[in-house]
Amino acid sequence: MKPHSEVRLLDTPFGSRVRDACEVHQWEDWKGYLTAAAYEDVELEYFAVRNATGVFDLSPMTKYRITGPDAQAFLNRVMTRNVRRLAPGRVGYTVWCNDAGMVLDDGTLFHLAEGEYRLCAQERCLDWLQWSALGLDVAIADETADVAALAVQGPTSCATLRAMGLDGLERLKPFGIARFPFDGGELLVSRTGFTGDLGYELWMAPDHAEALWDSLFDAGRDRLIRPMGTAALELARIEAGFIQAGVDFVPAEQVLRHGRGRSPFELGLGWLVDFGKGHFTGRNALLKEKENGSRYRFVRLDVDGNKPAEESFILDKSANVVGHVTSAAWCASAKRNLALASLEMPWGRPEDDLFAEIYYSREQRWTRLETRCTVMRGPAWDPPRRRQTPPADF
Amino acid sequence: MKKYDAIVIGAGHNGLCNAAYLAKSGLDVLVLERNPYIGGASVTRELHPGWKYTNCSYVCSLLRPEISRDLELARHGLQVIPYHGGVTFTRDGDHFGNYPDAERVYREIARHSLRDANAHDRFETDVMKQTRLIRKFLMSTPPDPTSLRPRDLRGLLEFASAFTEMGEEGLLDTIRFWTMSIGDFLDEYFETDVIKAHMSGSGIIGTALGVYSPGTAYVLLHHYMGEVDGSIGAWGFARGGMGSVADALAASFQSFGGEIVCDADVHRVIVERGRVRGVALANGREYRANVVVSNLDPKRTFLQCFDAGDLPAEVVRRARNFKIRGSSGKLNIALDGLPTFNGIAPESPLMRNDMHCIDSLERLERAYDDWKAGTWSEDPYIDMLIPTTVDPSMAPPGKHMMTIFVQYCPPTLASGPWTPEARDAFGQTVIDQVAEHSPNFKDLILDCEVRTPHELEDEVGLTEGNIFHGELTFDQLLFNRPFPGCAQYRGPLRGFYLCGSGTHPGGGVMAAPGANAAREILMDLKRPDVIPASYPDD
Ligand SMILES: Cc1cc2nc3c(=O)[nH]c(=O)nc-3n(C[C@H](O)[C@H](O)[C@H](O)COP(=O)(O)OP(=O)(O)OC[C@H]3O[C@@H](n4cnc5c(N)ncnc54)[C@H](O)[C@@H]3O)c2cc1C
Repeated sequence: MKPHSEVRLLDTPFGSRVRDACEVHQWEDWKGYLTAAAYEDVELEYFAVRNATGVFDLSPMTKYRITGPDAQAFLNRVMTRNVRRLAPGRVGYTVWCNDAGMVLDDGTLFHLAEGEYRLCAQERCLDWLQWSALGLDVAIADETADVAALAVQGPTSCATLRAMGLDGLERLKPFGIARFPFDGGELLVSRTGFTGDLGYELWMAPDHAEALWDSLFDAGRDRLIRPMGTAALELARIEAGFIQAGVDFVPAEQVLRHGRGRSPFELGLGWLVDFGKGHFTGRNALLKEKENGSRYRFVRLDVDGNKPAEESFILDKSANVVGHVTSAAWCASAKRNLALASLEMPWGRPEDDLFAEIYYSREQRWTRLETRCTVMRGPAWDPPRRRQTPPADF
Repeated sequence: MKKYDAIVIGAGHNGLCNAAYLAKSGLDVLVLERNPYIGGASVTRELHPGWKYTNCSYVCSLLRPEISRDLELARHGLQVIPYHGGVTFTRDGDHFGNYPDAERVYREIARHSLRDANAHDRFETDVMKQTRLIRKFLMSTPPDPTSLRPRDLRGLLEFASAFTEMGEEGLLDTIRFWTMSIGDFLDEYFETDVIKAHMSGSGIIGTALGVYSPGTAYVLLHHYMGEVDGSIGAWGFARGGMGSVADALAASFQSFGGEIVCDADVHRVIVERGRVRGVALANGREYRANVVVSNLDPKRTFLQCFDAGDLPAEVVRRARNFKIRGSSGKLNIALDGLPTFNGIAPESPLMRNDMHCIDSLERLERAYDDWKAGTWSEDPYIDMLIPTTVDPSMAPPGKHMMTIFVQYCPPTLASGPWTPEARDAFGQTVIDQVAEHSPNFKDLILDCEVRTPHELEDEVGLTEGNIFHGELTFDQLLFNRPFPGCAQYRGPLRGFYLCGSGTHPGGGVMAAPGANAAREILMDLKRPDVIPASYPDD
């Protein structure tokens, strides 16, 4: 057998099930784990999320366990938002920045119990967290491989999980955490997700993973459960207007060209910055930015027509480039042609005339469009069921 | 007697590149090479029947892609096959595998230290930032900071703007980076000995400095600033050995009508009334041209190929003081089969990349101590590869060729000059070190070529055996390479130029010095510039 380091792609704890379920063999490398881009058909998988239940294996997500008497003080030092306000049993979306106020990553912070947190993120940042923890009584452990995780998302997700035996789950509010006995262990459930829909994330020790997958799919069969790959998830998250590190912004530690990073304000995440809570990394720089203005504005654009504005320049009336699209997709549920875009200031005001430069091909003929875009106010997809407690059965 | 437009002394890859561009612009160009074969330190020779030895340089990355493409080196037979990764064996029988892809590297570093695995990304980003800065200047003549000529001022401005693009903090980092030791630099990222030892190798290769000597961080950059097909920092094997680079350049040169004469040992540059008129060989034969370009290192050029009286005293003094200490040796080995290494399966990707046997900075520094004391390292740093794991053309099927670059090895021994016995003892030291990690290695050796700085000087013409034609320390870089007054490829006499690794941007199989020098020559001759500019924003 190959040594652990030498295996090109590792199986997640659900590996055996994922391999079985993946019929099209479209695989990706996600943080060194074998990950299905699609299982059977991206369209089916996307509609599972919006119409029934889609299950996504998110085990490769980076997870840190942060504990100790100073855990909260530490997190308040590194996060832009006020962690003191995050009660035990709650999850908060958050960003963290370097000293220059540039976003290192975004992620979710779980307040598991008094003084005990889990940080869930796309990028690894243990080295940075440990530097930031100097002088504080806090332990930071990488638990990425110790926690198997599934996202169970869509209108029938609550009913499915209840059918699996999670009694009372319907009372769990958005961003809440609940615990259930399962397979002789403890299953942690949070009402969180990356799809903008009703949905949950399940967290469990890896040795229960296969049992969890099996029970879940058994329970969900009548509610039309389906595994989904990264391609379907990508459609759902763009429709919901969520940003992704490495796609919609370059994580600050990976920036090679000076100035290519983005601040929280420049990603539309100013609401996550709390200047009133005391010092945190990047605060001075962000205060300065607040005074002097940002360089960029991040917007959701509704693009006329039905051609996705992938990798498009955004132009003003006189065809000057004023920004570019970072993610784009035709959103089948919201019926919008959505683009997430980074625009130079002051562009992106509601009254601005903006155009996306779109290239598309039909039967070998390429066409170039300059298509009008409208700056959207809220997310394109935000159904009431996302927040409704208790959720309906379907 | 026939008069050429230009004569290039030395058929090293830089001489050939320079000659190719001069010929491409329409000049009648002659290259004179002392050896019976071309290539200099970029050479492949079959010293054991059926085995090709890539005798000096052995891996390719620095070769400027703009040149490679422009001179159609692919059409002239050059193929560079990339390889990725490396491995360092540790004394306790374990190893650190620098796998070819980020995720396996992460896992492998994490096996030694989770924190180091996380710091590795930061390390890579920081090195890449510095790399990008220096890459901008590879294909251009360094501006003279003391000159007020518009061209120099423009160059300085470009320089300054490249720096400002780094941002305030980037600028400070750059200054630290250029003056720091590789050991200190690595200590800022990593805690594990073997990881630091592995990463530090590029900081000392070809350099008579230790891992804790200031200036070695920059040397690391010199090994990161190349690329294979846009993959910055990647290295590859020139198919058929590094001689393929020189052969392709020669073919390109000849396609423009150029002429190469081997066994032509240039003895003296002919100077008449303050300008060069041609060269005279050791055998007395003379060749005439009003442009003479030297591919030799600056010391050899000025101290051996001129009558001292023909040169300004200042140039003689600077050439004498030029730092060109040899520190490296080389073993080329024909193997009867693939050696096995402790802890690594024969099919492991770690068999197809560079291998090393020193697992701590402490041991590396001690290896340098031996050099200072005038002997080869008892416990040397080696950069070892088996090209036949990637390139099937180097040995018969099932057989293998191994190249081992060795540091440190002094130009002369404290006990006196090199002897064949001392050379063999040096070779044995290296073989013993490898055998510590490879039980069947010794039994597989069919033939072994051992080269100390003495052989490198004697056979390749590298003064003191310095592989880069002079050390890559900050006092000898950019507008100080080789030294002020000669840093723009022009010599002190009209019609005389330098195009070897002793000029900007320095040593390695890069071809940039040759191309940049050609640009200056053509400018002086008021001919159109045929040298490609660098690809922007890489
Ligand atoms: C052991 C070793 C390993 C190396 N490994 C690598 C590597 O893996 N990758 C890499 O990129 N670089 C490597 N290098 C460095 C690189 O090979 C050299 O810096 C580069 O090849 C020098 O090229 P050049 O054209 O400037 O000079 P040279 O190759 O030195 O060419 C000079 C030529 O001039 C000839 N000459 C000398 N005197 C006279 C005379 N009087 N008359 C006529 N001709 C003369 C010589 O014979 C020679 O052919 C290595 C070098 C050595 C020695």
